[in-house]
Amino acid sequence: MSTAALAQRGARGEWATTFLAMLGRDVRVLRRQFGQFLTRTIMQPLLFVFVFAYVFPKIGEGFRGGAGGTSFTTVLVPGLIAVAINFQGIQAVALPLVQEFSVSKEIEDRVLAPVPVWLVGLEKIVAGALQSVIAAAVVFPIVYLVHAHGAAPVVHIHDWPLFLAAIVFASLLAAALGLFIGTVIDPRKITLLFSVVLLPITFLGCVYYPWAELAPLPWLQYLVLLNPLVYMTEGLRASLTPQLPHMAVWASLLALAGGSAALAFVSLRTFTRRVRT
Amino acid sequence: MGAPATDSPPAAAAPAAREPLIRTEHLTKVYEGRQGPLRAVDGVELSIGAGEFFGLLGPNGAGKSTTIGMLTTSVIPTDGRVFVSGIDARANPAAVKRRIGVVSQSNTLDRALTVWENLYYHARYFGVPARDARARADELLERFALADRARSMVFELSGGLARRLMIARALAHRPAALFLDEPTSGIDPQTRINLWELLADLHRQGLTILLTTHYLEEADALCDRIAILDRGRVLALGAPAQLKETHGADTVITLQVDGEAAALRPRAEAIPGVRNVEADGELLRVFASNPIGVLAELVREASAVGLHVRDAASQPPSLETVFLSLTGREYRE
Repeated sequence: MSTAALAQRGARGEWATTFLAMLGRDVRVLRRQFGQFLTRTIMQPLLFVFVFAYVFPKIGEGFRGGAGGTSFTTVLVPGLIAVAINFQGIQAVALPLVQEFSVSKEIEDRVLAPVPVWLVGLEKIVAGALQSVIAAAVVFPIVYLVHAHGAAPVVHIHDWPLFLAAIVFASLLAAALGLFIGTVIDPRKITLLFSVVLLPITFLGCVYYPWAELAPLPWLQYLVLLNPLVYMTEGLRASLTPQLPHMAVWASLLALAGGSAALAFVSLRTFTRRVRT
Repeated sequence: MGAPATDSPPAAAAPAAREPLIRTEHLTKVYEGRQGPLRAVDGVELSIGAGEFFGLLGPNGAGKSTTIGMLTTSVIPTDGRVFVSGIDARANPAAVKRRIGVVSQSNTLDRALTVWENLYYHARYFGVPARDARARADELLERFALADRARSMVFELSGGLARRLMIARALAHRPAALFLDEPTSGIDPQTRINLWELLADLHRQGLTILLTTHYLEEADALCDRIAILDRGRVLALGAPAQLKETHGADTVITLQVDGEAAALRPRAEAIPGVRNVEADGELLRVFASNPIGVLAELVREASAVGLHVRDAASQPPSLETVFLSLTGREYRE
C-alpha cells in the first residue's frame, strides 16, 4: 500500500474516532436529560391517544377509519409513531443548533476537532436520528396500549426488516430536516418553527388518515406528497398495519432513503458554509 | 546515550527546523458589505517561530479576529495562504486543527457538560483514548486549579474560571500552538493579572502562543514580538522594546491651544530635542527625543505667538506613542 493510501486510511480512522467521541458526548447529554426527553416525547402522543382512543369511545364520539370498520386507533398507531420520530429528529437537531449559532457558539469546539466540518454536521444527523429511534420505541407501547375497551388497534409487524428500515430512514430524514432547518432559519424566528413548520407537517402528514383516503381531494393528495412526514407514516403503515390502505412500499422507502440522502447533502453544505465564513 | 557524540551541528534537520511554526503569505480577507467590499485583512505576512509569544495588537476593527480566524481555519481567506508546521491550512484544515488549540473571544464551553467532561470530551474529539483522556482531564483540572469544580456545570463558573477552563480545554490535546482571541477582554483587573501569569507560565514551559489584544499594556507585558495591526494591515512588527526604539523613541507632548496650532509649529520645531511636530486644528503634537524642558519652552513660545495653552499632556515612550507615530491617531481601547 502506498504511503498516501496509508495516510488516507489513517485519516479515516481518526475521523471515525472523533465521530464516535461526539456521538458519545451526545449520548452522555441525552442520558443526563433523559427525564426531559421522555416528557417531551410522551406528552403529545399520550394525550392524543387518551382523548381519541379512550375518552372519545367512552363518551360515544369517535372516528372510524375509512377502511372497513378498522378502528381509528389502528390508523393512529403508525401515524403517532411517525409524528414522534419527526418531532424528535427536528427538535433534537434544530433547536440546539440555532442556539449554538446565535448565542452560545458552543459549536466552535466541535468544529475545531481535527475532522472536516461536514462530519460534525453528519454526527448531528446521526445523533438526532438516534433520538428519533428511541422516541419511536417509547411511543409505540403507549399508542398500542392506551385505548378504551374494544377499541384496540390491530397491529402486527409481519415484516421486521421493512419495519426497521422504515424506522431508521424516517429517523434519518427527520434529523436531516432538523439540520437543514437549524442552519437556514433566522434564530430570531425560531418560535415560528412550531406554527409554520411542525404543525402543518403534522396535520397534513397522513397521521390521522391513510394517504389513499385523500382520493376525494386530489389536489390535497398530491400536495401532501411534498411533506416528508407522509412517507414516514405510510412507510410505517405498510409495515405495522398492512391491512389498511397504504402507499406502495417501494415508493415510501425510496422517498425516505432518497429524501434523507438529498436533504443530508444539502444541509451539510449549508452547515459547512454557516460555520466556515 | 546511544548516539555517538559529534562536533558538527545537526545540519540535516536544519531546513525543517527553520520553517516557522506559523507562517502566512499575503493573507487577505475581503467581506462584501453594503457599502462595497471591506478589506478586513489586507496582505498580512507573519512568521512565528516555535516557542514564541506573539501578539496581534490593534484597535477594535483592526482585523485581529479575522486574522486569527484564518489562522485557525474557521475563516476562509479571500487570498493568500496560512501554514502551520508547514501544512497548508486551506488544503488540509483537519491536520492544522490537530496542531493548534484555540480560545475564542466568547465562552464556547459545552453548557450541557460538567467542567471535567468539557476537558474529557475535547480530548476524545482529538482521538485521545478514553483512559488517557480521563487522566488528562484530571491533570488539567489540578494544573489550572479547577479540581474542586470538576463536577460543576460550566454555567456555574465565573467569567475568570470559565476563561481558565477554556485555556485548559484548548491544551487538552497537547497542541503545538495556542491561539487566544482577546483572552482578557471583559474580565476584571485581578483576574486579568492571574491570566497573564498563567499565560507567561505556559510560555516558559515552551508553548507557542499567539494572542490578539487591544490592550497595549497586555501586549507589552507578555509578548516577545508584536505585530501592530490597523485597518487590516501590519504597520509594524518586532519586539516591544524594538518597536519603541524605531517608531516611538519619542515622548509625545500634546498641547491644546485656543487657536490654530499650526501657527506654533515652526517655533516648536526649532526647540532643541524636538524631532517632529504635527498640528491638527487646536492640537499640537510634539515628538521629542529629549523631552526635558520642552514643555516649558512650548508654553513660552505659545504665548509669544498669542496663543493660550488650555491643556498639555506628556506621554512617555510606550506602545501608545508607537501607534500614534505610525497612524497619526490616538490609540483608543
